[in-house]
Amino acid sequence: MNLLFFQAATAAYLLAALGYVVYIIKPSHKWTGEASLWATLAGFLCHVAYFAFRWSESGRIPITGFFEAINFLGMGMIFVFLIMEFRYKIAALGSFMLPLVVVLMVPVFILSSEIKEMKPILKSGWLGIHTSFAVLGDAAFAFACIISVMYLIQERQLKAKNLGAIFHRLPSLDIMDTLSYKALTLGWPLFTLGMITGSIWANSAWGTYWSWDPKETWSLITWVIYLVLLHLRTLGWRGRKMAVLSIVGFVFVLLSFYVISRVNIGKHTF
Amino acid sequence: MGIIVVGLSHKSAPIEVREKLNFSESTLPDALEKLMTYEGIRESLIVSTCNRVEIYASVNDSAKGIDRIKQFISDYHKLSREVLDKSLYVYPDTKGVRHTFRVASSLDSMVLGEAQILGQLKDAYDIALKTKTTGTILNKLIKKAISVAKRVRTETKLAEGAVSISSAAVELAKKIFGTLEGKHVMLLGAGEMAELAAQHLLGNGVKNIMVANRTFERAEELAKEFNGDAIRFEHFPDALVMVDILICATGAQHYVVNRDMVNRALKERRNKPIFMIDISNPRNIDPEVDKVDNVYLYDIDDLQSKVDVNAEGRAKEAEKAEKLVELEVETYLQWERALDAVPTIVDLREKVEDIRKKEFEKTVSSMNDISEDHKRAMDIMSQAIVNKLLHAPLVVLKQAATAGEGDNTIAIARRLFNLDRELKRPVHEGKTGMQRSEVPVQGGEKESKCR
Repeated sequence: MNLLFFQAATAAYLLAALGYVVYIIKPSHKWTGEASLWATLAGFLCHVAYFAFRWSESGRIPITGFFEAINFLGMGMIFVFLIMEFRYKIAALGSFMLPLVVVLMVPVFILSSEIKEMKPILKSGWLGIHTSFAVLGDAAFAFACIISVMYLIQERQLKAKNLGAIFHRLPSLDIMDTLSYKALTLGWPLFTLGMITGSIWANSAWGTYWSWDPKETWSLITWVIYLVLLHLRTLGWRGRKMAVLSIVGFVFVLLSFYVISRVNIGKHTF
Repeated sequence: MGIIVVGLSHKSAPIEVREKLNFSESTLPDALEKLMTYEGIRESLIVSTCNRVEIYASVNDSAKGIDRIKQFISDYHKLSREVLDKSLYVYPDTKGVRHTFRVASSLDSMVLGEAQILGQLKDAYDIALKTKTTGTILNKLIKKAISVAKRVRTETKLAEGAVSISSAAVELAKKIFGTLEGKHVMLLGAGEMAELAAQHLLGNGVKNIMVANRTFERAEELAKEFNGDAIRFEHFPDALVMVDILICATGAQHYVVNRDMVNRALKERRNKPIFMIDISNPRNIDPEVDKVDNVYLYDIDDLQSKVDVNAEGRAKEAEKAEKLVELEVETYLQWERALDAVPTIVDLREKVEDIRKKEFEKTVSSMNDISEDHKRAMDIMSQAIVNKLLHAPLVVLKQAATAGEGDNTIAIARRLFNLDRELKRPVHEGKTGMQRSEVPVQGGEKESKCR
């Protein structure tokens, strides 16, 4: 039953991704933008339902293991996207965000969705708090990255004086620069809270706040990158350089999720 | 009854002639009322803009209608018929419908796809509506024209992309800044082009304009015109810090704005982007400036090529739009042809209902002790029989009329159901259409019986 919700959600995301791509390359098909938004919303509701079912079935918040982590990241990204979309009404965001979510969730389609037992030592309220902060932070970073990609495309076209097909759909440089900065100022504190709550949890589980396991180290690097980025912004960095840095930052986030967590050492292996 | 359009436009007559035929908005109701006094003019509408003067009318007879409308223009503007015949174009019937749709969709405009004409057509229609000079035909025609124009706008890219240098600059500025509200503009040099661009920016929400010019007096003059500030030419590099949009047209023979200047300004304004438009020849902004991050430099050629691309794009879209218009003309004609069958359909319904009622009354009154329930049941049954019997003939009538083959079918229907019983001899096939065409649409069926 609950798997049906999951399949419905992914099908809706896939449809929305396709619709959004059509939206950005076919200026005469305006309605595809709106239709895709509704598909995304429907998909998200199914996704949340699936999440809730899985939660009640396993008796714990379903954010452990690779499957659940990626699933949760996808959900978080859609959540952030929907908020931004309803707030700013920039359908072109979806043309980049939805395909990214679909691609990122590929492992989820392949992996077994079987619920795994958790080590008793980790069972704690901190699990939900730590992972929620961390994933929401990551989702905000993903959003900043997407906006930055869009910024770079538009910037390139403006500089080259060659205004391509999707030019008319992209929002102004100013809005994209502002939005990406907003996403960073939202993502960094969340990510920080994720790290703090993680170390509190580590202390209650293992008796040590920090043990330099690969994921912890990597997260620290990511955290520093975004800190530097925000600092440079206050020094007056803007536009293209900021966009590039924000994309680099998110590459670190992705590596953390897809590579570091898979390295079979340390506590974060799932 | 038919539609005719008589008029002239930028394509057929120079402005000297167009202005002689102009109707000002305040005189329109009066002109419309005068026009309606001419024989055979049933509905009318006058569109008068700087690019076109056109009279749209529904008339009893096209040829006579054209003549009367020309006579009206000649009388109203006191011009000789010879002059008018030379510069006026005439679109009767189908051509008139097509022309109306093309005008509304801005396919007949000087600048393809410009939006103004639709608004002007709507205004003209409102005036005619208030003066009560429109009826079934023109109401349908104009409403349809408006919906065709909207369809063209949404389904083609006819109106997309700036087609003048100034509007191209505004479009680019919006791509960089989003809104132009509260942006600071500097005019460097006071050429005509710069002035034009500045005007366009002001129209799009820019509030603050600074003017710098070698002769300070001219700068002051221009600043006053734009409600902005004049600054001394040698101070402009310092003022660059505040500038979001720089329009440069000094007429100098060398670069006036260089990379160092821009770098300094950007640093001070914390890299907030600057949009620079160099419309001078030779160029006044060093092309090197474009390499600086957060600076977007467009020279006259860049803007012109954007305009050219857009104009080409519009011309291409116009082909699509023409096809759309053609489709819509056909649906309009179908509607118009279907009108042919209306009087016959009404006659047929009336006659059959008459028979049914009489027979029903007769039957009911001959029966004693009949209950209300039974009465109702019989009433319903008789209605059902009539409706079922009528269904096929009515469908055939409508279809034949819509397909433009109504005359024969209508004649046969009238004969089969004996709808022209008052006539001594049956109506000749083929003539019905013409006879009916002499008759107003609403309530026309009554008179057609007496013919």
